[in-house]
Amino acid sequence: MITGFAAVFFYLFAVIMIVAAIMVIAARNPVHSVLFLILVFFNASGLFLLGGAEFLAMILLMVYVGAVAVLFLFVVMMLDVDFAELKRGMGRYAPIGGLVGLIVLAELIFVFMSVHFSPAGPDAAVTQPVPAALPRSNTQALGDILYTDYVFYFELAGFILLTAMIGAIVLALHHRSGVKRQSVGEQVKRNPQTAIEVKKVESGKGI
Amino acid sequence: MYDFFLTSLLPVAIIAGKSLLLLAVLLILIAYLLYADRKIWAAVQLRRGPNIVGAFGLLQSFADFIKFAVKEPIIPAGANKGVFLLAPFVASFLALSAWAVVPVSEGWAVADINVGILYILAISSLEVYGVIMGGWASNSKYPLLGALRSAAQMISYEVSIGLVLTCVLLCVGSLNLTDIVLAQKNGLGTRLGVPFASFLDWHWLALFPVFIIFFISALAETNRPPFDLVEAESELIAGHMVEYSSTPYMLFFLGEYVAAVLMCALTTLLFLGGWLPPLDIAWLNWVPGIIWFIIKTCLVFFMFALVKAFVPRYRYDQLMRLGWKVFLPFSLAMVVIVAAVLKITGWA
Repeated sequence: MITGFAAVFFYLFAVIMIVAAIMVIAARNPVHSVLFLILVFFNASGLFLLGGAEFLAMILLMVYVGAVAVLFLFVVMMLDVDFAELKRGMGRYAPIGGLVGLIVLAELIFVFMSVHFSPAGPDAAVTQPVPAALPRSNTQALGDILYTDYVFYFELAGFILLTAMIGAIVLALHHRSGVKRQSVGEQVKRNPQTAIEVKKVESGKGI
Repeated sequence: MYDFFLTSLLPVAIIAGKSLLLLAVLLILIAYLLYADRKIWAAVQLRRGPNIVGAFGLLQSFADFIKFAVKEPIIPAGANKGVFLLAPFVASFLALSAWAVVPVSEGWAVADINVGILYILAISSLEVYGVIMGGWASNSKYPLLGALRSAAQMISYEVSIGLVLTCVLLCVGSLNLTDIVLAQKNGLGTRLGVPFASFLDWHWLALFPVFIIFFISALAETNRPPFDLVEAESELIAGHMVEYSSTPYMLFFLGEYVAAVLMCALTTLLFLGGWLPPLDIAWLNWVPGIIWFIIKTCLVFFMFALVKAFVPRYRYDQLMRLGWKVFLPFSLAMVVIVAAVLKITGWA
């Protein structure tokens, strides 16, 4: 149950999040869109904090805002986006977008309605016993699940990601011959005897 | 009504009071660390440094502050105005907000949260936004180049910082910063037979290679020289800050120094025993913990300042090579080694 100042913060985060989410779509400038997306992540992490999931809140900030959105912003900033071009396609794709939106909306409505139409009755969720709070932080709880209970699945997921990463590198990698490269080993090995040549120059004469 | 005041408003007022006190102390400390930075740099180069305003130039930072605050802010015509003005606030607010979880003495943190170290890591990974937003919104070439460099640089060095923190966390077993400091009361020194808690117990000795990596990564993460490629004068003039003037410039500058001092404080907490005295004997224990904390933080900042004065700037490809090809594999190996040692000896 959220009371007092926590409730104030809940509504603050929730309202800003929804407004920012709308602005992600509505903003004319793609960089502004990404910045609003970052604001959405921020508020989502605030909501996680209010829910007591402090580990998830920090990971959300670190992974999505600190790494993914930076790269996203990086790409969007480098692209020269033609706004007129973007606007022209709008009319053609609007019906499909609207259809997808309607389907998602309908699904959400069914999900929320099913709470009342469930066979166990409207109070089913309330009467179920709440599990006793464990004397561990949720960092430890998540760690136990990921690294003890489901360690093999976790490692499998890691391997799949590693494969994807190697695949991406293999696709992008091509060695060109005849390109001059910096060899750090050779640079460090240089010493005054081989790098510097001292010449006596008589005055009035060049080398 | 009174009840509401007692349960809801009072705690908030206390937190606000604590934050204001921390902010005031921090900003005054920063003013003098900035002065110290310039003095040390000058001393290395056999100059005098700031010596006009106040005795020995002690009021120089405040004079600079007044100068920045009363000058006219100039916004370039082609700039994206909103983002341009938002960027310096993002930079300085984020840097300041990270201090909320730093325990300067036992129990002296505004918020002693369970995931303190993750919070600091998250905030320091966000600091890049101030630079990127400023660089993009300036609508100019050098700032954009600076912003792109900083994005790549900060993401690269976060990886090694994260792995270094993992090593420390393996030894401690908690993400709470207070726990991390308290764990250093009983470390390598005690296990090797020193009869009382001493500076040999702190993590710097047990995790020495990791300590060095963290120090260098901290320099890179906060864009301090020799890794200040974001604002390399010889190449980019001032990087993301080229188009900034007066108060917005000052906020960028402030954010940079607050972030640097935060990294000093973090080094102190993780490796130098936080507020613990160097030897666990009576008259050293009488000194309040915050004094030890400030002394150690200033010592680390002194090292930062010396590095700035001594070491020439890295080339960009060297910086990337160091981050990805040297620090990343090394710190990854250290995680494995530390975990193996803890498992075999049962010290965890």
